Amino acid sequence: MGAGHGHHLHFHGHSRVHHLPAHVKLVTLLTFVVAVVLTPRTAYWAYGVHLLLVLVAQRASRVPFGYFAKRMVVETPFVVFALLVPFVATGPTVSVGPLDLSRPGLESAWALLAKGTLGVMASLVVATTTEPRHVVAGLEKLRLPNLLVQIMGFMVRYLEVVTGELARMRIARESRGFRARSFRAWPSLASTAGALFIRSYERGERVHLAMLARGYQGQLPVTHPLTATPAQWRVAGAIPGIAVLTLLAAVAL
Amino acid sequence: MSTPVLDVKGLAFAYPDGHQALFGVDLHVHRGERVALLGPNGAGKTTLVLHLNGILTAGAGSVAVSGLPVTRDNLMEIRRRVGVVFQDPDDQLFMPTVRADVEFGPANLGLRGQALERRVLDALDRVGMVDFIDRPPHHLSFGQRRRVAVATVLAMEPEVLVLDEPSSNLDPASRRELADIIRTLDVTVLMVTHDLPYAYELCPRSVVLSDGVIVADDATREVLTDDALMAAHRLELPFGFDPRTIPAP
Repeated sequence: MGAGHGHHLHFHGHSRVHHLPAHVKLVTLLTFVVAVVLTPRTAYWAYGVHLLLVLVAQRASRVPFGYFAKRMVVETPFVVFALLVPFVATGPTVSVGPLDLSRPGLESAWALLAKGTLGVMASLVVATTTEPRHVVAGLEKLRLPNLLVQIMGFMVRYLEVVTGELARMRIARESRGFRARSFRAWPSLASTAGALFIRSYERGERVHLAMLARGYQGQLPVTHPLTATPAQWRVAGAIPGIAVLTLLAAVAL
Repeated sequence: MSTPVLDVKGLAFAYPDGHQALFGVDLHVHRGERVALLGPNGAGKTTLVLHLNGILTAGAGSVAVSGLPVTRDNLMEIRRRVGVVFQDPDDQLFMPTVRADVEFGPANLGLRGQALERRVLDALDRVGMVDFIDRPPHHLSFGQRRRVAVATVLAMEPEVLVLDEPSSNLDPASRRELADIIRTLDVTVLMVTHDLPYAYELCPRSVVLSDGVIVADDATREVLTDDALMAAHRLELPFGFDPRTIPAP
């Protein structure tokens, strides 16, 4: 269980960023990330502006920076990959100390690292300030097909139920002396996965019955449509707005 | 006598794999009654329950709810009239918050805005869970989840409440709290249970289903004290519980 209400990312709070409707934050995030990705890799100053924008949003969310920074470890595989690129890429090389590094490789690594980090930070600003169920509601508002919205909603709802089941199965296994020490344990682990699948499948059927019993006809009723005021759009839109202007300036220069 | 709330006549049903679960069930439940449906595992209790709101369709015989036959055309109204609370609240509570879950039923009936809000608050109030309205269901205790599950169905203002094993997995305090709630509800109740003291406490009348037929339909006290009947249908009273020595509730 993470902080607040047991979500690993969401940080309970009442900042302006928290109170923005989810669909506004999602549109803001997408526009910002697209602007970052399109920014030419050599326009270093533009990346400075983008970073500043994310940091402003992060501070406005009043989520402690330590909490925020810890969750950036999700980027690690990309960082490792980015660090490898200069060693494995070909083309003209530059000498850095005792090492000969590929120049195009260095540039790719920088671009990957900069764009990746900004993307992760921006996503985290949204994720730490928006509960998963609100993200789903926001996607629904943005006209994501209803079936996908339902699937995501159930995933959010049942993730803990299924992980709880998995934990109970692990305890039951270990209580009978099982320890996964070699490949000989794989059949047991595989049958655990199989059993979990069957249980989840059967639960799905029971949930469906319970839904039918309360008049489900294929659509989840929308009872509290999300609304955003023009002011909220303006506040949230300022960030991707500046990012897009930065992009245009970087391209023009 | 008035039209029964539940009127099951000659109901027979076989699953697609050929297993026949019900062989001609007759059952009448009248308004305001609280009836326990007893029987060993595999007797067909759940199959019968799934016929009452039209999830399964009768192979032979008929089911009617307050005079309205359970047919494909009437499904929506039937499901409003018959509220089924399933055994595992994690199956029943599938929405992200208590509020969204209690709204689900009445919203499917077309309610919105103030009317919907009133239904939700009223239903949660009846099970004493108003304070938990914005919580996600998986952060509630098991007993609380069961109470919310009852509210999700009450919000549809059903004519009959069908409870599948309402006392299972509850600690004694939650079990008693739920009993107190059931007693205050002004609604017809059909309660499927293995918990015989619970049936005795809450339901003046009991029906025993065994191997797909109704084998007894009498006052709960009479059923529970008929040793031959009980033994023949794998029904056993818990150790130390003797209805003969306990005054009728």
